[in-house]
Amino acid sequence: MLEDNIDDLYDGSPCGNVSTLLDGTIAKINATLLGWLGYTREDVIGRKRFSDLLTVGGRLYHETHFAPTLQMQGEINGVALELRRADGSRLPVLVTSVVKTGSDGQPLLIRTTVFDARERRAYENELLHARQEADAERERLRGLIAGLQHSLLPDTLPAPPRTQTSAYYHMASADRIGGDFYDLYPLDASRWGFFLGDVCGKGLAAAATTAAARHTLRTATAYDPDPAAALAHLNTVLYQDHRSRSHRHCTVILGILTPTPTGYSITLAGGGHPAPMLLRADGTVEPRPTTGGTIIGGLRTPRIATRTFPLEPGDTLILYSDGLLEARSGLGAEQFGEESLQEFLARLAPTTAPAAVSALTELLATFQRLDDDVALMAVSLDAGPPAHTRA
Amino acid sequence: MVMLAHGFGCDQNMWRHITATLGEQSRVLLFDHVGAGRSDVTAWDSDRHATLDGYARDVLEICRDLDLRDVIFVGHSVSAMIGVLAVNEQPDRFAGLVLLTPSPCYIDEEGYRGGFTRDDIDELLDSLDSNYLGWSASMAPMIMGNPDRPELGEELTASFCRADPTIAKAFARVTFLSDHRADLARVRVPTLVIQSAIDAIAPPEVGAYVNDQITGSRLVTLDATGHCPQLSAPQATAQAIAAFVAERR
Repeated sequence: MLEDNIDDLYDGSPCGNVSTLLDGTIAKINATLLGWLGYTREDVIGRKRFSDLLTVGGRLYHETHFAPTLQMQGEINGVALELRRADGSRLPVLVTSVVKTGSDGQPLLIRTTVFDARERRAYENELLHARQEADAERERLRGLIAGLQHSLLPDTLPAPPRTQTSAYYHMASADRIGGDFYDLYPLDASRWGFFLGDVCGKGLAAAATTAAARHTLRTATAYDPDPAAALAHLNTVLYQDHRSRSHRHCTVILGILTPTPTGYSITLAGGGHPAPMLLRADGTVEPRPTTGGTIIGGLRTPRIATRTFPLEPGDTLILYSDGLLEARSGLGAEQFGEESLQEFLARLAPTTAPAAVSALTELLATFQRLDDDVALMAVSLDAGPPAHTRA
Repeated sequence: MVMLAHGFGCDQNMWRHITATLGEQSRVLLFDHVGAGRSDVTAWDSDRHATLDGYARDVLEICRDLDLRDVIFVGHSVSAMIGVLAVNEQPDRFAGLVLLTPSPCYIDEEGYRGGFTRDDIDELLDSLDSNYLGWSASMAPMIMGNPDRPELGEELTASFCRADPTIAKAFARVTFLSDHRADLARVRVPTLVIQSAIDAIAPPEVGAYVNDQITGSRLVTLDATGHCPQLSAPQATAQAIAAFVAERR
């Protein structure tokens, strides 16, 4: 027969064979493995342990994972290791070991088969390289999106005299740019404009609409400080594209702060946006909805609701996007909703803009499901009477 | 109170074969170092954990927050040196120190044999950086099922030495480049050094060196193979620790 010499089959098989004592000392090894290693039989039999044939990383892995597992399970399959050859070069291999037991079940020795894994390692390195490239690309994209998002929002929020202001933006997804926006800016020597809005959808089209909305509102209020007129302008601009695929509408609250002897008068104009909350100095919370206002940019002639109310010392006005109301504390849980928001704010009032935004930011972190972006902006009037030095 | 601290590339599962024995005589506290097992990886700080002192501070904070007294700290491998640093910082907190297969310095130097050359260690760190496959895919369990003994597979696959790959790489650097030989002579708590007769990571000379440097320490050499005698010879390891704990009560 062709293959009747078992010794020849053992020595010349296309894989490495090595048998070791339980302490790892090499007892028998075949010619194939010796050839790969560059050692003679005398170099290794009784002189080296299996772990001596490995690179340092492999030795550490052998000690902490391979040997304990083999001892417990009696076998271990297909573990990737590297051999260190006599000339110092490395050979990637796949190693399988079994414990041979005697008739009484006592372990006697360890039989190990070693496969040349150079081709496979090269292939794995290609896969690894591709994954690293993909990871780097994703990071780059996320950086780009975060930068773009940031560019749509004001760097810092100014504070009109005797007020504190604060804002926060939560990005729901690092991969998609969101459509919430806000701003607060001087209109003239005494009056200030502010707005917070939410463009429907996400992505580049929403981002483009966001940029257009912000600049349109600032421009419109610069020429005509009537907030309803400014929203009507924005509607006109957005509606121009209503047949285009990139068309987006939005909901928005736009307000004008006008100084009064005791504080400010706020005039709000709203199109389809959730009700701003006024946290009064006496600890009460009053929603200030712009009921009747319709979305901006979706209809040829929108309805825009306005209302005017005072901001007195110790009062805080909070604007937010509906991502806050739609947040859920867990899978299948109720949406947070306006009622819960009002209860939450009642525990804060009276407060200041930075304290309110920081409390709401902490609240956001407790939600399990926050699928939409959330924008928050608050203005508070300092408590106490105005200083005499101020005009 | 016996506090068991696992070594590099592992988690608290490393102790599973000896906790029952130790638990018969005293309370046993297990924990995962930051980045290992089920630890909170956000607690990892690239500055704080750039040295073993940061890990020693973690140990002391656990002791402080749980108000532990008379702690017998058992550190395996690199955690042995973390234990040395911790007891030197707050000796009053500890009743004893057990150093299981310790190494204060892995790299050979003139007059000292750590078991590795600088090239060896560089190669090891390189291999981790280039995603050495044994450690790859987040050092996930490479434990295969064993149809004859399913209970083993289940026990092991549940969590066997899980580690966050980024933190593990940094921890490898901290571990294998550390040299805390000078800290040994400062140890003032009763100390037991346990080593394996055959250990490819911390050779017997290293255990003897550690024992020589610590005043009044004792050395036990187990008839065991491997760097993890708590896995390869759990009974002997547990007995050696238990005898030391019994003396301290």
